[in-house]
Amino acid sequence: MFENLPLIALQQYWWVIVSVLGALLVFLLFVQGGQTMLGVLSRDSSEKTMLVNSIGRKWDLTFTTLVTFGGAFFASFPLFYSTSFGGAYWVWMAILFAFIIQAVSYEYRTKASNFLGQGTYEIFLFLNGLLGTILLGAAVSTFFTGSQFLVDKMNLVTLDSGNMPVISSWQTPFHGLEAVWTLEHLAFLQNIALGLAVFFLARINANLYFINNINDSQIEKRSRRVLKTNTIFFLIFFLFWVIRLMFLDGFAVNPETKEVFMESNKYLNNLLQMPLVLVLFLLGVVSVLFGIFKGLFTTAKNGIWFSGLGTVLTVLALFFLAGFNNTAYYPSTYDLQSSLTIENSSSSHFTLTAMSYVSILVPFVLAYIFYAWRSMDKKKIDRNEVESDPHLY
Amino acid sequence: MGNIDFSLVDWSRAQFALTAMYHWIFVPLTLGLSFILAIMESIYVKTGNPEWKDTTKFWMTIFGINFAIGVATGIILEFEFGTNWSNYSWFVGDIFGAPLAIEGIMAFFMESTFIAVMFFGWNKVSKKFHLVSTWLVAIGSNLSALWILVANGWMQLPGGTKFNPDTARNEMIDFWSVLFSPVAINKFLHTVTSAYVLAAIVVIGISAYYLLKSKHSLFAKKSIVVAAVFGLISSLYLITTGDGSAKQVAKYQPMKLAVMEGLYEGSEGAPLQAIGVLVDAPTDKNPNQKEVKMNIALPGGLSFLSFGDFNAFVPGINDLLYGNSKYGIEPYQDKIAKGKLAIDALRNYRLAKKAGNEDEAKQHLAVLNANYKYFGYGFYSGRSEQELVPDVPLVFYAFHIMVGLGSYFVVFFILMLFLTMKNKIQDNRIILILAVLTLPLAFVAQQAGWIVAEVGRQPWVIQNLMPTIAAVSQISSTNVMITFGLFLLVFTALLIAELKIIFAQIKKGPEAHSGNN
Ligand code: HDD
Ligand code: HEM
Ligand code: HEM
Repeated sequence: MFENLPLIALQQYWWVIVSVLGALLVFLLFVQGGQTMLGVLSRDSSEKTMLVNSIGRKWDLTFTTLVTFGGAFFASFPLFYSTSFGGAYWVWMAILFAFIIQAVSYEYRTKASNFLGQGTYEIFLFLNGLLGTILLGAAVSTFFTGSQFLVDKMNLVTLDSGNMPVISSWQTPFHGLEAVWTLEHLAFLQNIALGLAVFFLARINANLYFINNINDSQIEKRSRRVLKTNTIFFLIFFLFWVIRLMFLDGFAVNPETKEVFMESNKYLNNLLQMPLVLVLFLLGVVSVLFGIFKGLFTTAKNGIWFSGLGTVLTVLALFFLAGFNNTAYYPSTYDLQSSLTIENSSSSHFTLTAMSYVSILVPFVLAYIFYAWRSMDKKKIDRNEVESDPHLY
Repeated sequence: MGNIDFSLVDWSRAQFALTAMYHWIFVPLTLGLSFILAIMESIYVKTGNPEWKDTTKFWMTIFGINFAIGVATGIILEFEFGTNWSNYSWFVGDIFGAPLAIEGIMAFFMESTFIAVMFFGWNKVSKKFHLVSTWLVAIGSNLSALWILVANGWMQLPGGTKFNPDTARNEMIDFWSVLFSPVAINKFLHTVTSAYVLAAIVVIGISAYYLLKSKHSLFAKKSIVVAAVFGLISSLYLITTGDGSAKQVAKYQPMKLAVMEGLYEGSEGAPLQAIGVLVDAPTDKNPNQKEVKMNIALPGGLSFLSFGDFNAFVPGINDLLYGNSKYGIEPYQDKIAKGKLAIDALRNYRLAKKAGNEDEAKQHLAVLNANYKYFGYGFYSGRSEQELVPDVPLVFYAFHIMVGLGSYFVVFFILMLFLTMKNKIQDNRIILILAVLTLPLAFVAQQAGWIVAEVGRQPWVIQNLMPTIAAVSQISSTNVMITFGLFLLVFTALLIAELKIIFAQIKKGPEAHSGNN
């Protein structure tokens, strides 16, 4: 069935899949958000243990989603992989280190003779929560503000040019870090704002998740209180970012010549020209706000479902804004024509087809994850459990 | 090619080797121990005997500690293809990305979902569901090995693809021949069986330590029985699959084979070196030539190992470098010249295409297609063919260490099984000490195996198509030096933590887990 689709349809399908994985990842970053509030939300060690175990049983899922997001991006848009990862070297390395130190921290934190000490592992968790979210957010923001790189496939075959035979080359020695100080069009403000918005959103989702997952009145009370501050900051940074985005010049592609050019208010135009995406975006934002509302002003415990779904929809809409409607999703400000579009950076028709068959597995994967979680979360975590079960994080 | 930054290439290689070798300290234990856990828990569910549950739980704790650091070291490998081998990611991303993505979708999610049930579900889900989860963890981790080894196998024997000059990359044309490439299948079987052997040795080693201390004897003997049976079967199969690997290498990577055996001058009925030492023995032809001294060799053994025929011809390093017309082997300089033709043809094709000159483009394309299989050699134009020979001593010694240990392990398992069955194992201190000492050797054999496979294929990242110098990312080598240092620091700290925790856990022993459920 997939083999009969035209290439562009497969490219769009895979952009959707990558977007879904990205959106799920941002939602699952509630684990990271939670890691930055272990101190604020707990008063004694049992409370901290409850918090750690509540998110600790999900950390591997977030991690795996990140890994799969990377793998799927590699398989479907390899030119992005080679351009962004090899170019924005330091940003990705920083993100990776932040995740490396997370992976062991839950398991090792309270074990005897753990060499670095419990405090260090908790700092690791905090750093992962802080850097993981902010850097990922800032990196995604460069999908709209652009980076400085050159893609030239001839480099592979011009052996005598005196250069390394490398196709993609980054044009700053800072390899991505410049994203937080690029003054042009105030890109640095834009990138930092999205980073912080993601950070506070992760904390919001964590608050709502704790309220739902842990059966403890004190933790619930504190979660609801902190939720208020997180919401205020989230709204400031997110609104700043979105409103500015609507007024930015965007990286448009001429559908005939495939030439990339600057178009004013490109992203606003994208929203208006793709009403479905606009609906998705608005639904997402409203759903997040509704989840927060439940957490702040009602005693309901199911706010996480709304904010979680809202997060997924909003991020999806943002990815669609970046990639669809003749837009370059990974633009180069150094050489406009080097910008990556879903058409010029994708895998071949054959590979996308084969991978599309594999993607049929995704609903099954989601189903068993859902089933396993349900079986595990039926019984909420409480003080009793963490004080009696010897097998804990 | 004046400006190749060799220090960048070397640091990138060093970083990849460092991170891969760290990953590989933990992965084989995960692969093997997960099955041992599943077997133990099955016995528990079947017999209802709580001692088996305690046994399972103890090894599960060890598993968890090891798993976490396996994950920590794995994520970096996946992204390093982009960060440090960016050209590679484009040149073969169309094929190579797919197994990585499938691995995530098929294997990692299965593992990470059911591992949570396995660790925390004892009181939350039914006994059956728990057992199924444990099995799924084992299956998931072994599936992840399958996909990544398919990727690795493809680098050693790039099939099922076609080069597309318009996109300047290789594109997949046959998924099944990528998946079922003989190299990939062999690699998978040899690697997972080696992992089972390692896990069995770890379980036996730790159990032997308890017997030496006269602690937890019942638990220890139970563990040894399961592990020795599992290990013996695996180790016999390991030798078969190792033999299979050697045949694949002989067929597709003759230079690697020659280097493994330190064979410079090829011959019919080539001997297999059982042991030996390499010494420098430069000749006029080859200034870097070495010779195997103080050796014990099986006549015709290498010919048999490689081709199943004691009289078959096995080419040596010199035959491959300088050609051997009798056996139709082309000298490397000819291959380099053809590779250069291919590269130039690709450039001219693209230029002609751009100028709209279709006829000319077609001519260049024909030259490219005729010479494409030497494409990678072209990057060595104007350089010495010596640069295309891997590090001989490193590969030679690594290979012999692996094979020697592999043969020893079979004897070791037979001995352990025999003594446990006779119920004599606890009295035999020397054998118990031997078992403890064998534990680190399993890790040595693993690392040695990968050195053979990966160093032995230098300088190719993709056999014959892409050398390391054409695969790296464009970054200054200082950057890579810094990340190399950071990895060394972080991974070493985490390794120390892991070992200390495991030792503490072993001291504590299985009892700590029995009781409340
Ligand atoms: C416990 C570990 C262990 C043991 C005892 C052995 N192997 Fe092994 N071997 C591996 C662990 C390993 C490995 C780590 O799994 C490798 C590295 C790459 C690979 O495919 O498997 C490997 C690679 C490897 C290769 C290179 C494959 C390639 O380059 O693609 C050959 C030819 C052999 N092995 C052959 C043998 C033989 C003849 C053995 C005889 C006993 C043997 N191995 C024992
Ligand atoms: C299937 C998984 C693997 C893949 C796809 C893979 C791929 C690579 C790549 C791309 C390089 C760098 C390029 C090169 O130097 O050729 C490399 C080098 C290397 N890898 Fe692997 N590798 C894998 C598994 C491993 C494992 C598990 C180990 C070690 C235990 C290992 C050991 C090495 C070493 C030692 C080098 C450096 C060789 C050298 O540059 O001299 N590899 N591998
Ligand atoms: C260079 C190649 C490799 C890459 C890119 C890679 C990638 C990864 C990643 C990203 C993870 C973390 C997964 C998670 O989120 O749970 C991981 C873990 C794992 N990898 Fe690798 N890996 C490589 C080599 C290998 C090899 C050669 C094998 C087996 C033959 C292997 C088997 C595993 C297993 C079983 C796990 C899960 C258990 C554990 O972490 O110990 N990997 N790998």
